[in-house]
Amino acid sequence: MISVENVDLTFETNDGPVHALKEVSLEVKEGDFVSFIGPSGCGKTTLLRVIAALETPTKGNVIVNNMPPDDARKAREYGYVFQAAGLYPWRTVSGNIKLPLEIMGYSSKEKEERTKKVIELVELKGFEKKFPWQLSGGMQQRASIARALAFDANILLMDEPFGALDEIVRDRLNGELLKLWERTSKTICFVTHSIPEAVYLSTKIVVMSPRPGRITDVIQSPLPKERTLEIRDSKEFIQIAQRVREGLKSGHLDEDL
Amino acid sequence: MNIFLVLFFIVWILGWLINIRLSLIKNAKFLRFFIPTLFGFVILLMWEFLVLGLNINPVLLPPPTAIALKFADSLDILWIDFVQTLIKGALSGYILGCGAAILTAIAIDKFNFLKRGLLPFGNFVSALPIVGMAPIFVMWFGFDWESKCAIVVVMVFFPMLVNSVQGLELVDHSRQDLMKTYNASYTQTLFKLRLPSALPFIFNGLKICSTLALIGAIVAEFFGSPIKGMGFRISSEVGRFALDMVWAEIFVAALAGCLFYGLISLIEKQLTFWHPSNQK
Repeated sequence: MISVENVDLTFETNDGPVHALKEVSLEVKEGDFVSFIGPSGCGKTTLLRVIAALETPTKGNVIVNNMPPDDARKAREYGYVFQAAGLYPWRTVSGNIKLPLEIMGYSSKEKEERTKKVIELVELKGFEKKFPWQLSGGMQQRASIARALAFDANILLMDEPFGALDEIVRDRLNGELLKLWERTSKTICFVTHSIPEAVYLSTKIVVMSPRPGRITDVIQSPLPKERTLEIRDSKEFIQIAQRVREGLKSGHLDEDL
Repeated sequence: MNIFLVLFFIVWILGWLINIRLSLIKNAKFLRFFIPTLFGFVILLMWEFLVLGLNINPVLLPPPTAIALKFADSLDILWIDFVQTLIKGALSGYILGCGAAILTAIAIDKFNFLKRGLLPFGNFVSALPIVGMAPIFVMWFGFDWESKCAIVVVMVFFPMLVNSVQGLELVDHSRQDLMKTYNASYTQTLFKLRLPSALPFIFNGLKICSTLALIGAIVAEFFGSPIKGMGFRISSEVGRFALDMVWAEIFVAALAGCLFYGLISLIEKQLTFWHPSNQK
């Protein structure tokens, strides 16, 4: 589904080149829920942007749905959810969800149908006519997920979508995201810096570390596909969380966290 | 002490007392319109009584009643001048200048090399003194409103350009990336994202330029015009010491300026209801 091979990415900045990614290789299978976790500067967002063709790697090979990432972008093979919900304040919730559909030239009947469907999927019914700034942060992020789902791409790329939300709201949205993933059987790549979030959501956890941004560990989660919040007290969960923490630590041998 | 001076002091003190009383009332909605109206009315009354009481030469300052009489008496001339200067000169120049500036801003935004060339040039043009350019433009475009229109275009172009360019630049990066993930075309991004998010800046420019256009069109007429127009009337009536007519023209200009500004603000409120400063 997604394959990343020996990808290097160097940004030229005024302070000299910055190694954002170094020799990164990764396989994502169809239906996977993959989390990228690591401290800031580890390149997790950059890796997601490379997959989305928002950045071009300096070296290496990326394949998304059997094509180069820029072709996949043009074929609208993925939906992207940004850290800031990035809703357009001059559009209502349903207007925002229709935005990609308008751009992609869907008929107005289909726009209505798809908008209705995804609004139900993210449980925003009754808020279609509200403007984003009239909603809470959690609801804004749900609308933004609905917008990414509207055109039914089979890959969902999410860049710390719940990073700015408080833990209670985040727990709920995590649960809802799992349900949504199960119902829609999408492939999800999810950037986070929260260990419990990564372990709770993922089938595969990619641990990254900075300077240069690289993958230090890939953990295949033994947890069942159907999960409740209680699973976080299970032994397996705690073991995986420990392994993630170890992986994060090992990337910082030369410096203190 | 004559009767008018006594009336002057009575109005002053009454106005003061009413103001104190009003400031104690909490109902803000009714006061929002009432207080400025009352203030203006008191000022006019004090002006009237002071001019009459001190026997001031009407050339220096005519009383408001004389201005009002002259205004009512010369509605036809004032209308002709209004059409000549504000509709033909100012409004046409405003629409042309602001329209051209917005289009140029879009071009600058698309082609970065234009930014380095056009912005400094625009800056230079805007620094040209209007009193120097006006006679030249009159020679180029003739005595009628066309030369005034040209002056207004030059005056409004740069402020409008700078505001529009800034508005287009300040678009949120993740929203732009979002458009890219949809594989949106340049025009789709422009109309669905860039222009709407630049609207608050564009309206800022439009508001600044509305007063500039007014001033430009009137002043330009000082340097040659047919025998109509507000600037022409002001300069010729000053020569005849008919200051009441000058004041009547000033009143028309102020009224038109306020109404035009208000109209733009109203449209702005409608179109940028989503901006944090308007959110309810």
